[in-house]
Amino acid sequence: MLIPFSMKNCFQLLCNLKVPAAGFKNTVKSGLILQSISNNVYHNLAVEDWIHDHMNLEGKPVLFLWRNSPTVVIGRHQNPWQECNLNLMREEGVKLARRRSGGGTVYHDMGNINLTFFTTKKKYDRMENLKLVVRALKAVHPHLDVQATERFDLLVDGQFKISGTASKIGRNAAYHHCTLLCGTDRTFLSSLLKSPYQGIRSNATASTPALVKNLMEKDPTLTCEVVINAVATEYATSHQIDNHIHLINPTDETVFPGINSKAIELQTWEWIYGKTPKFSVDTSFTVLHEQSHVEIKVFIDVKNGRIEVCNIEAPDHWLPLEICDQLNSSLIGSKFSPIEMTVLTSILHRTHPGDDELHSKWNILCEKIKGIM
Amino acid sequence: MAAALVLRTWSRAAGQLICVRYFQTCGNVHVLKPKYVCFFGYPPFKYSHPYQWLKTTAALQGQIVQFKLSDIGEGIREVTVKEWYVKEGDTVSQFDSICEVQSDKASVTITSRYDGVIKKLYYNLDDTAYVGKPLVDIETEALKDSEEDVVETPAVSHDEHTHQEIKGQKTLATPAVRRLAMENNIKLSEVIGSGKDGRILKEDILNYLEKQTGAILPPSPKAEIMPPPPKPKDRTIPIPISKPPVFIGKDRTEPVKGFHKAMVKTMSAALKIPHFGYCDEVDLTELVKLREELKPIAFARGIKLSFMPFFLKAASLGLLQFPILNASVDENCQNITYKASHNIGIAMDTEQGLIVPNVKNVQIRSIFEIATELNRLQKLGSAGQLSTNDLIGGTFTLSNIGSIGGTYAKPVILPPEVAIGALGTIKALPRFNEKGEVCKAQIMNVEKGERKPVLLNVYYAPRTMLNSVCLSLHNSTSQKQLKVATRFSDISPDRPGHL
Repeated sequence: MLIPFSMKNCFQLLCNLKVPAAGFKNTVKSGLILQSISNNVYHNLAVEDWIHDHMNLEGKPVLFLWRNSPTVVIGRHQNPWQECNLNLMREEGVKLARRRSGGGTVYHDMGNINLTFFTTKKKYDRMENLKLVVRALKAVHPHLDVQATERFDLLVDGQFKISGTASKIGRNAAYHHCTLLCGTDRTFLSSLLKSPYQGIRSNATASTPALVKNLMEKDPTLTCEVVINAVATEYATSHQIDNHIHLINPTDETVFPGINSKAIELQTWEWIYGKTPKFSVDTSFTVLHEQSHVEIKVFIDVKNGRIEVCNIEAPDHWLPLEICDQLNSSLIGSKFSPIEMTVLTSILHRTHPGDDELHSKWNILCEKIKGIM
Repeated sequence: MAAALVLRTWSRAAGQLICVRYFQTCGNVHVLKPKYVCFFGYPPFKYSHPYQWLKTTAALQGQIVQFKLSDIGEGIREVTVKEWYVKEGDTVSQFDSICEVQSDKASVTITSRYDGVIKKLYYNLDDTAYVGKPLVDIETEALKDSEEDVVETPAVSHDEHTHQEIKGQKTLATPAVRRLAMENNIKLSEVIGSGKDGRILKEDILNYLEKQTGAILPPSPKAEIMPPPPKPKDRTIPIPISKPPVFIGKDRTEPVKGFHKAMVKTMSAALKIPHFGYCDEVDLTELVKLREELKPIAFARGIKLSFMPFFLKAASLGLLQFPILNASVDENCQNITYKASHNIGIAMDTEQGLIVPNVKNVQIRSIFEIATELNRLQKLGSAGQLSTNDLIGGTFTLSNIGSIGGTYAKPVILPPEVAIGALGTIKALPRFNEKGEVCKAQIMNVEKGERKPVLLNVYYAPRTMLNSVCLSLHNSTSQKQLKVATRFSDISPDRPGHL
């Protein structure tokens, strides 16, 4: 049951939940169901942060429902270059976000529902949450073959993954969130989650690829709206609370003071790319030169998203050694990002004016290097 | 003549303000002085002075406590250490984050249970840590009678406040406030808290400090904090004491990184070029009117029409008359190439900093075509998707300092070009018209920088070039020509000799 909610009520409700150590209001129910009106992944992730940091969840767990416009979301300790096709994402306008919980990479679009279960650390129980979701799905489609695995995935027909899980545990609170595929673009998903980048060596958490399926392929009536309502109903029943979904606006500072700065932080380059654990790239490519192929080797170490060590080796007859050295030293400290490479190339052009042959070689080399960023 | 030139590059994405100042005094060039300010700190970790900490515990030595990895839940026995937020020697407060560990898709933030100094880290990155085994060693402050730490606070409230038991009295203060008090040798029991429930806030500590400093200074009849009401007979002017404000901010040094480093090198090279500058003001009243007329027409075609397309076209017209200003020189200024295309660059502020993409072949484009191209470059620039081709091959540059509100600027030539124009804001100012009446005019300041040796024998060129640019901007005949050009743009965009 979706009931539109007035701002004042919502504010009061959340104020009641922000209980100081001293008092306790008996009128507050033991649980809350929230749904975001925004499809912006950064704003929605900021809501998770805010609830995790500011709400007192003792005896009052929260369920948060949200959907995002096309985004690839990587886990806290993952490497985006290893996990997805960044070039394709840039072309198609698919966003990249890094969440604060662990786990693997997922693709969100409006055909995917995200569910976040907020509890105290003591009440943190992922399997319990997944069983709730299974009950909810079976309430709508009783013969659906859906079950939770040991890895906290949800599989349909014993082999197709419809949900992946991740969680975050803090000092007193914890949250467990999972996806639920209702009607996502599967072809697009598999092309986005396939990294074309070769030669990456890293200790970052790797994703486990899996065969996926949409719930709507099993039963066309299992749309996002239907599934959201089913899960909310089941949550309300289990926690003995009213089946009210409260709509929230993740940009409203009066309800969530300080939330916009959390959203901003989640969008910074330093967070999305800079938090990648140290990795190295060891690859090579060939360039056509006077009817023969020239092999160029690339060894780059990246730390905090910036190039720490750079060794681009090109044969001396194609590119003079000192020019190569200049390129290498200019790259150290740069972000491992194509736009920085582009700007660097244009600056190098300015420092070596008039040499058209050099310029064209540089352009070719830089385009190739951009291809691996 | 000392002219200060400020070139600011905003790196909004990282929240960094990078301010690079160039000083040009009497034709000599000073080396630039980069200055870095602020950073959106993550993790939110403050470092205080360990030595001050130890000073307050002069008598007793702190004890080293082994902080063990506590139970995470779900029967988890081991985790992988993914990120350290502290290193050996750092000072931590209770509830500060120590490290991030991961176990089976769960990311866990481990926070400190004690205040103290980190003495030892038991694990490296990617090592396996075990529940119940030591994670770090913390040297805690020795327990004193006047200040006691509650080491184990029951995990009831989400509040970041810690409670201090002082002779049966509870004093509420956040770890940051407690650290501030400790650094300034203040006993929290002596401070009156003005926050909720008698909570001690940062302001209370600062007020307490002020009062303390005031008590130490000897009172003098003239030295009063509040000046007395002025008496008509008494002519003594009270001298207020300025109390030194307590500031705990710290400087932050960072190496110059990435393409900014290369940019710095280019600019140093650029500043070595002897500059000749010329400045004038231009009356743009007619242009402002023209743009207002053309804006809706452009909008109907999906183009945002700023003043820049007009300036670019005017500059191109001027360059046709003085092709030397569209030339390029090699490094040692031995050869000069007169470039045929007018590829005019526009300084653009993006997330990556100051970037100069250029519009190719302005000489054969109409105003609308230039506006379309500018829109394209601006869109790509803000998305961080400009291609190499957009950024290379420039022959002349226009810097639009007016777009960020400035009126005067001394632009720096971008090699291998030989000239650059800087445009200020358009301001409504009173001017005399032909009849000698005062009227409202739209005025813009234009500055042009040129490479000296190249133009030694054509020193009059800058003035005339500037005049031709200005003329093409506010000459009514030219206005009509420009108007005609824009109307015809769809019919025959590439007719030779076409504006």
